[in-house]
Amino acid sequence: MSELLRRLLFLPRQASTLASRVDDIHFFIILTTFVVGAGIGLTGFVFLLRYRRRQAHALTPHIEAPAWLEGLYISVPLAFFLLWGALGYRDYVWARTPPADALDVYVMGKQWMWKFAYPDGPGEVGVLHVPAGRPVRVLITSRDVIHSFYVPAFRLKMDALPGRYTETWFEAVRPGRYPVLCAEYCGVDHSRMRAEVVVLAPEAFEAWRARHKTQPAPGPGQVPELAMGVGARGPLAEQGRVVATRMGCFQCHTVDGTPHIGPTWRGLYLRDEPLASGGHIRADVAYLTESMMDPQAKLVAGFEPVMPSFQGRLSAADVAALVEYIQSLRPERPVPPAAQEPRYEPRAR
Amino acid sequence: MSLARAEPTMPEEHYLNSERGLWSWLTTQDHKRVGVMFLVAVLLMFLLGGCYALALRLELLTPEETVMGRLAYNRAFTVHGVVMVWLFLIPSIPTAFGNFLLPLMIGARDVAFPRLNLASFYLYVLGAALTLWAMLQGGVDTGWTFYTPYSTATGTDVMPVLLGVFVVGFSTIITGLNFITTVHTMRAPGVGWMRLPLFVWAIYGTSIIQVLATPVLGMVLVLVALERVAGVGLFDPARGGDPLLYQHLFWFYSHPAVYIMILPGMGVISEAVSVFSRKNPFSYRVLVWSTVGIAFVGFLTWGHHMFVSGQSTFGAGAFSVLSMLVAIFTALKIFTWLSTMYRGSIWVCTPFVYVLGFIFLLFFGGMSGVAVAVTSADLHWHDTYFVVAHFHFIMVGASLMAFLGALHYWFPKMFGRRYPEGLGVGTAVLIIFGFIATFLPQFLLGNQGMPRRYADYPEHFQPLHVASTAGASLLGFGFLIVAIYLGWALLHGAAAGRNPWESRGFEWYSASPPPESNFHEPPAFPHGPHDYARPGIEPEVGHAL
Repeated sequence: MSELLRRLLFLPRQASTLASRVDDIHFFIILTTFVVGAGIGLTGFVFLLRYRRRQAHALTPHIEAPAWLEGLYISVPLAFFLLWGALGYRDYVWARTPPADALDVYVMGKQWMWKFAYPDGPGEVGVLHVPAGRPVRVLITSRDVIHSFYVPAFRLKMDALPGRYTETWFEAVRPGRYPVLCAEYCGVDHSRMRAEVVVLAPEAFEAWRARHKTQPAPGPGQVPELAMGVGARGPLAEQGRVVATRMGCFQCHTVDGTPHIGPTWRGLYLRDEPLASGGHIRADVAYLTESMMDPQAKLVAGFEPVMPSFQGRLSAADVAALVEYIQSLRPERPVPPAAQEPRYEPRAR
Repeated sequence: MSLARAEPTMPEEHYLNSERGLWSWLTTQDHKRVGVMFLVAVLLMFLLGGCYALALRLELLTPEETVMGRLAYNRAFTVHGVVMVWLFLIPSIPTAFGNFLLPLMIGARDVAFPRLNLASFYLYVLGAALTLWAMLQGGVDTGWTFYTPYSTATGTDVMPVLLGVFVVGFSTIITGLNFITTVHTMRAPGVGWMRLPLFVWAIYGTSIIQVLATPVLGMVLVLVALERVAGVGLFDPARGGDPLLYQHLFWFYSHPAVYIMILPGMGVISEAVSVFSRKNPFSYRVLVWSTVGIAFVGFLTWGHHMFVSGQSTFGAGAFSVLSMLVAIFTALKIFTWLSTMYRGSIWVCTPFVYVLGFIFLLFFGGMSGVAVAVTSADLHWHDTYFVVAHFHFIMVGASLMAFLGALHYWFPKMFGRRYPEGLGVGTAVLIIFGFIATFLPQFLLGNQGMPRRYADYPEHFQPLHVASTAGASLLGFGFLIVAIYLGWALLHGAAAGRNPWESRGFEWYSASPPPESNFHEPPAFPHGPHDYARPGIEPEVGHAL
């Protein structure tokens, strides 16, 4: 029955413990609505036929509603509405109370991408890995404007607000990949601000996590030291490091050659980079500058197009300092092969 | 149904021809002329907003870019929303029909402040011009809700639009004050509070919301402007502001604003159900007190827009229950209208078809409103197309049905002519069907998980978008036919006579079209405004000529 209704109503497959609760109240409301609607429609139709006008100046009896009928008109819908409200509120309280043993995940919305991170692990952009059958508490914030973290298959939504954290939680019921959308209008690419929750079987998740814990990922608070023994660092390069710290560049770019969300800066300058659109480009000053302003114009192969534009957010002096800093990160060792970055694909099961 | 006792000619001198020339219109203080000017203005705005609506639907026909890019789409839905909400739905029925009918319905010569009434029209025109000028200058991409911090951060030109809406708000407040004063002070002898036509009650309730809520909107728009220009940090967390503060203030106005749009429509329907069933309302007092109830409880529900915003869990529960109360008043009205038809003498003509459409759309729009007020269900539906479908059903569908019903019902009163009845009924059916075809698929889209304000979307949403766009084209076609035959009727329609509907409503005691200042002396209405139980008494009304 409920599977039939789910299909009739175009609801996605239920992929969390919350989904079935939300759907149940939905079905209750829909069915009641249609029963009452049919009643009203039928009554109206009967009246139209039975009392249609037969003569122009007909007089009609003066009928006033008796008070008990008015009371019935109020109390019956009120009873239903309050019942729905109470049932829904019970589930709402449940949905907003994360269990104590939940796994924590940080979610950050940003024009126009979703970033995910674990307290002890590396960050990810656009993909969130979680285990099935275990509550996951989601702590959500935003870097710029209001976004809304929405997973239709989980029936889960919570706004991402700048300057504060909101929280919600879910428990995915089966492994799979579920789209994450942004449900609060946030600018030009609002409709492209999509991501994915990858639900893994518990063992697969532990294996994935063990692999990724080993990779150091500088968080927003950690400022990576300059790679040891690399290049000369003049005052301008030092200034560039400060700019990169301030602008959060190190959330995606490393300076020690470690693969991360964006290409590592170590040895980037004058390296030949393969482009996603085919061909190669030499990472010279012009290319570095262009990539800050229009990151998707010439995307390095193997990376997601997730970098926001810094147009208008970097002064000319900032750009010069950044380029100088990147130049200073030329290694003495041979360049490691580029674009061997982690691909966070779920393993086949 | 024959047009009973239609008088063959129109009165020789009436408000339309008493003075001639454009200047006499632009400087008029006659509430009827102001009403007609408002009618023309809001219809133009409806046309503009409707064109944008069709463009949006066309863009959404395919998952990727169809006719416009993403930035253009974001600007287009902003124009559509701003124009439809602030320049059409909110002013439409009160300014056009309220202005025209309110004095006639209470036996007054004019509204209380005729000059202010004209000023209200010019404020509306000024606000609309500012808004549209800004839109055409390049556009705004904030959506009609101007949510901060996006609206204070976007590079588009938000200021003129804020100013435009601010000015339109003043027009709304002035009109509301004018109506309240008129109802309080200018009722003809014998027209007591419990003898007021139901449309007057509806306009009165609406005016109270307008006067109380609109200043909050004005204030919040000023705050956004301050934030943009001076960076005072009211909403920007980086400066210690609160991004949710804006939402609280905005919805404190904009939720009651929904009732500004729908209450006048309910008034129209209360009149029309009674007239076309030739029957007294099943419960006059229920219709009156539910109007007052909606006007009051409407102020206490704004938090239901914020169930997923991080608002407190308790707050969400409280707003959920309060929202249910508003729905109760609406349910009461629906049951009462239905019961009014019981043992009546029902004439299914064009306005009555719109009544049926109104009740249908209000019922499903209202029930889906209760559904989204259920806190847990809103976790899924919030900011999806389910909400889009819900508010289009109730704000647009129902309001529009009432607007078209009012236009058809009072067209003979306003212009003294009749439109082709068969064409009217057919088109009404087409419009209702087109409306359902447009927005029913959007409920399902919302269930499927399609968020609002998406310029492009994952492919599995496409079939329902195609259905919706097809419905929208039907709807647009329906409006075109209405425009054509009403335009024709304006010039060539048969003379309507004083009271072609055999209504007992007070407005029909004056000639159609009414003379310049309605009545020589306060008319004595021989019975209640909805009394069909006794034979009609030809009223003794002295017309001012």
